[in-house]
Amino acid sequence: MINIIWLALIILGVLTATVTGTSAEITGAAINSANAAVNICLGFIGIMTLWSGLMKIADLAGLTRWLAKVFAPVVRLFFPSLPKDHPALGAVTISIAANLMGMGSAATPLGLKAMGELSRLNKAGDIPSDAMCTFVAISTAGITLVPTTIIAIRTQYYSRNPAEIIMPIILTNIIATLVAILADKFFSPISKRG
Amino acid sequence: MKIITYMSNLVIPLIIAIICVTGYIKKIKIYEAFIEGAKEGFTTAVRLIPFLVGMFVAIGIFRESGALSILTRVLSPIGVYLGMPEELLPLALIRPLSGTGALEITTDLVRKFGPDSIIGRMACTMQASSETTIYVITVYFGAVGIKKIRHSLVTGLLADASAFLLSVAIWRIIIGLGTMN
Repeated sequence: MINIIWLALIILGVLTATVTGTSAEITGAAINSANAAVNICLGFIGIMTLWSGLMKIADLAGLTRWLAKVFAPVVRLFFPSLPKDHPALGAVTISIAANLMGMGSAATPLGLKAMGELSRLNKAGDIPSDAMCTFVAISTAGITLVPTTIIAIRTQYYSRNPAEIIMPIILTNIIATLVAILADKFFSPISKRG
Repeated sequence: MKIITYMSNLVIPLIIAIICVTGYIKKIKIYEAFIEGAKEGFTTAVRLIPFLVGMFVAIGIFRESGALSILTRVLSPIGVYLGMPEELLPLALIRPLSGTGALEITTDLVRKFGPDSIIGRMACTMQASSETTIYVITVYFGAVGIKKIRHSLVTGLLADASAFLLSVAIWRIIIGLGTMN
């Protein structure tokens, strides 16, 4: 599926550019986008290295396993395939907690760490496991309890009450996350050989 | 609000401290452990480059060619039919593709209509209750070197779509209740 989407984005873009005469712009866009992607990855090295290092200490100290044990009853509702007190369970818990608390820059490194642990349990190699798909589903729903960026923007433009949107955001977010989880459980058996 | 900011600023330093102290108490060579783990972080970040370049270039071409604005115009009647104000449709379409692009549009809507206008409130709720789905999928699967994504895109986009429609509906309800009093 990813191949079709990728092709569609490029072909539709090039076709539109040919018709509307924006070919010069898309040449620039291609180069700029490639540079932007590399810059994001380079900017990512520092934070990713920091959290990987810290998580190694947490693993060795037994913190990840302890978290896995404590939250297993809840987390395993969504990830039934994960063994009890396995580091993967702890890593998933930490990543979801980081998102909920609005830890911003730390959230992605912790998410990737969890993906790494999950892929160690994945037997199929190049096809993601059910647990990996569920974890990505929850992550793409963008769970958050502290929408800091949006409150900052509202404050900047003199909102009378910048934080009034917190409750609607949390409510919307919870339902969207439930949609993601349900959709994942529904599509998971269908896309087995995807 | 200040207390929330204070607390969320405290979270990361506190977690760093807890990890290091627990490690030390458990008699782990914490500095050596940090260095060993940190090596993996570097590899992961570098491994992401081809995945992210591939996706960003395709999205960049699609956006800059004007294809995205054409798509917005084509889909506009459907959005309006589902109760989404016309002004919010570009945001809904760009949100799953580009995080910075969406933030630009949200900021622009807030500036133009005001943060306390109905459009402003809906835009803020849409922005904050959804995620840059394509980016998350690219980065999360890219980090473990997986190219097949199974049903992840469908699930992510469904979550985004429901977040957008709910953002609009929730403010319609809140404002509706307000005018009844």
